[in-house]
Amino acid sequence: MKKVLVKKDSYFDSVFLMLLSKELKEGARVTDSIVAMGTPMNLELLASLAYTASDLAGITPNDLIVAVDCPDLAAADAAITAAEALLIRKKAPAEGAQAKPRSLGGALEQLPGANVAVISLPGAYAAREARKALERGLHVMLFSDNVSLEDEIALKTYAVSKGLLLMGPDCGTAIINGQPLCFANVVRRGPVGIVAASGTGLQEVSCLVDRFGSGVSQGIGTGGRDLKNEKVGGLTMLSGIQALAQDPITKTIVVVSKPPAKAVADKVVKALMATGKPCVVHFIGLEPASQQTPGVRWASNLEEAARMAVGQEVPAFDVEALVKRETSGMAKGQKYLRGYYTGGTLADEAWILLHKLTGAVYSNNQTDPKFVPPDPNRSIGHTVVDLGDDVFTVGRPHPMIDPSTRTDRVDAERGDAEIAVMLVDVVLGFGSHADPAGALIPSLLAAKEAAKKRGGYLSVVASVTGTEGDYQGLAGQKAKLEAAGVVVMPSNYQASVLAVKIVEKASAK
Amino acid sequence: MSVADLFQAELKAVNLGLESFADNLRQRGVSVVQMDWRPPAGGNIAMIAALDRLALNPKIDIEAANAKAVQRMLKGKPMLVGVGIAKDVVPGMRPDLILHSGPPITWARMAGPMRGAVIGGLLYEGLAKTREEAEALAASGKITFEPCHHHGSVGPMAGIMTSKMPVWIFQNETYGNYSYATFNEGLGKVLRYGAFSAEVLDRLKWMETDLAPVMKKVLAAHGPVDMRGILAQVLQMGDEGHNRNRAGTSLMIREFAPYLVMLDEPKEKIAKILSFLHANDHFFLNLSMPACKCVVDAAAGIEGSTVITTMARNGTDFGIRLSGLGDQWFTGPAGIVEGLYLPGYTAADAAPDIGDSVITETAGIGGFAMAAAPAIVQFVGGVPQDAINFTKAMYEITLAESDFYKIPILDFRGTPTAIDVRLVVEKSILPVINTGIAHKEPGVGMVGAGLVKPPENCFQDALAAFAEEYTAT
Repeated sequence: MKKVLVKKDSYFDSVFLMLLSKELKEGARVTDSIVAMGTPMNLELLASLAYTASDLAGITPNDLIVAVDCPDLAAADAAITAAEALLIRKKAPAEGAQAKPRSLGGALEQLPGANVAVISLPGAYAAREARKALERGLHVMLFSDNVSLEDEIALKTYAVSKGLLLMGPDCGTAIINGQPLCFANVVRRGPVGIVAASGTGLQEVSCLVDRFGSGVSQGIGTGGRDLKNEKVGGLTMLSGIQALAQDPITKTIVVVSKPPAKAVADKVVKALMATGKPCVVHFIGLEPASQQTPGVRWASNLEEAARMAVGQEVPAFDVEALVKRETSGMAKGQKYLRGYYTGGTLADEAWILLHKLTGAVYSNNQTDPKFVPPDPNRSIGHTVVDLGDDVFTVGRPHPMIDPSTRTDRVDAERGDAEIAVMLVDVVLGFGSHADPAGALIPSLLAAKEAAKKRGGYLSVVASVTGTEGDYQGLAGQKAKLEAAGVVVMPSNYQASVLAVKIVEKASAK
Repeated sequence: MSVADLFQAELKAVNLGLESFADNLRQRGVSVVQMDWRPPAGGNIAMIAALDRLALNPKIDIEAANAKAVQRMLKGKPMLVGVGIAKDVVPGMRPDLILHSGPPITWARMAGPMRGAVIGGLLYEGLAKTREEAEALAASGKITFEPCHHHGSVGPMAGIMTSKMPVWIFQNETYGNYSYATFNEGLGKVLRYGAFSAEVLDRLKWMETDLAPVMKKVLAAHGPVDMRGILAQVLQMGDEGHNRNRAGTSLMIREFAPYLVMLDEPKEKIAKILSFLHANDHFFLNLSMPACKCVVDAAAGIEGSTVITTMARNGTDFGIRLSGLGDQWFTGPAGIVEGLYLPGYTAADAAPDIGDSVITETAGIGGFAMAAAPAIVQFVGGVPQDAINFTKAMYEITLAESDFYKIPILDFRGTPTAIDVRLVVEKSILPVINTGIAHKEPGVGMVGAGLVKPPENCFQDALAAFAEEYTAT
């Protein structure tokens, strides 16, 4: 059934009409449609398509023709109505979204004055993009790992030559101008400047500084290889220290790292002394240096580093009553400690301290191969496992994002009657799971229940790395854990000390 | 900015990678732009290696070479200086030579519209009497086929130029070089779309005997026309100089009319010419193309330059040439145009992409200036913001912005000019090309218009060859 609508003296742009014709054809039950101005050429075309001559009589080039071919009259009428609606339709003003820039140049056009590039691309490409950002004068936070050592050295050397900060590679945490980058907490601004070669180390120290009533001016991440590798030579650490030295807001400088290469450590200490500001150094697992380092104090744990930075001493904390309470229900044979960590540096702080105190702690991060568990998926004796290790994150997100890596492990090991205490970290902040405590609690409760059924009692000790400003909320997370019977200590250090004391007391039974 | 300055400044971040990092910062009120990052060169290892070799180990100062090419492209001033007959003015033109659009091609591989136009050209020249004779002659090897581009010329669609055809003569006033193009025949059944009926040949004859001589006189009276000035105006009037030429054609009529009416010619003849111009929006295309050609040609042949100085299609292949690689063509299959069709036609009727008109994009107008011609985006069902986005994307692959061609809606920003093949490959952003769609059968004509993407491989092949030529081993 063919039907023709003629609108006299109605000029429409031909492109608009082609579009309209296309839309009509897309409609249900329209075999064909032509929407065009009544030019002789178009009339000839319609005639050749067997439209009735009388329908086409008297049409001039100023008239609009809507011609439809449909299976039946009803469909043809519907199509003509649809065409009329389309002709009078007023398009909403074009709200085409501004396209996301495909290149750094395009990004800088959209955001003039951008000063930091945050790069979390696959490692194979990250170094190229970091170089380009530096070329454009941007400071770089390079979250990506799997960047080659050669690339790291080249990038850092280039950054130093341009007076720019290159944080990373493999830098998970930074706080710049009070703004948390990647995995970081919302901490108050204040006089403490931190340079850290470890992500959760920076998170713990910055959160504790906040909790102790002070604040952080800048939290600069360097990436793990910066100090550890002599060839990198602490390039980022040194430029970070220098920048904090010049920063008028920063009154105290804190350096946190795993033990660096000796030559690098000396350079760092020298740079700190040259700042003329009070400095605090914590090399995780390294005893405070005996040599004279005027202006530089040595902290022996993360909490102490934070305390020193704000001018406090670590208060003596009496846990006897707690130890007594937690061990009173334990059965004979409950003697081991199991630490299930999501934060790498927190795991390190725990196993190093516990190894020192007990003499035998297994960990996938252990430096002594004798104490690396033969099967990373099974705890033996005292074990502190860093679940953020590559072994556990192949094909799944980091346990700070996806709690199931840890809950699976806790569930798998709750049947072990020798466990006396489980030690866990709960890391809040951007990047982390929205409710890490809530996600962990069911597994902890099940483990406690299993111990109870065996006639014993499982103690669980935790610390929460976070602030009230974090979107998960420190107080709420803490309350949840406590309601589940978890002992929440104010820091990872204190949690670790308590856990050891519980184990000591339990094994003395 | 130094680290110390960063600490005093407001944090403004560019985020590459996990979008949640950008969301977090936004939540904190930090200005952040998320990049739509894609692996360089689509993750093509060989291409990334070639780019890195050129960046780290070039044999020549590529940036200096490009600066020279860019300078030449920006400073070129195209002037319409006259009208002549191809065999008299086009370098190397002779009766047994037929020029065509795009990269070199043999008769055997020619697409339908180009074959039709060749047949028409041979009939027009009187070298054949019938279609069959023309086909036999074309296949005989007695006729030589060469690209317009090899003779300082450009032609839309099939781009066929034969020795007797009248041509526009352009000169780049700044650098002295010339370029040529035939006259536009209008829409419908025309030679450039492969039509060769009597109507087509009659019109060509009329153009030779009436239109061209009159235009020659008009130009002589008017003096050279500054096409750079005209092109600058058309961009402000909603044209982009490739697919939309309504303003350009109107401006030419305004330029010519006072001189036209003063000629000692019959009124009917003048009226016919004016009606012809008026009825053919694309009259201007055959002026904007050679204007672009003489400007871009001045930037060709600069040792070490990665600037693209030719893009062209012959209906079978899409080809490009680089300033630093002489006359070497890099080709890939001509694509199918994405667009809208004239009443009665569908995608099934379309011939692959054809014509030299992409010289306009090569020179920084056409698709590159789409933001100036928002009406065009309807061809692909888009909205005006899409036109702006198309143009903005082209700044990503070009080295400069025109000093003359400005886009009002972009705060009169200059059009993106001088395509760098390195940027095309690295960012996998292909030049945006506006174009008409030819019917795949000879002689039917234009069936629609839209956008076409060139084949990525020709840019990659060109980059690989360039890296081979210009990096130390």
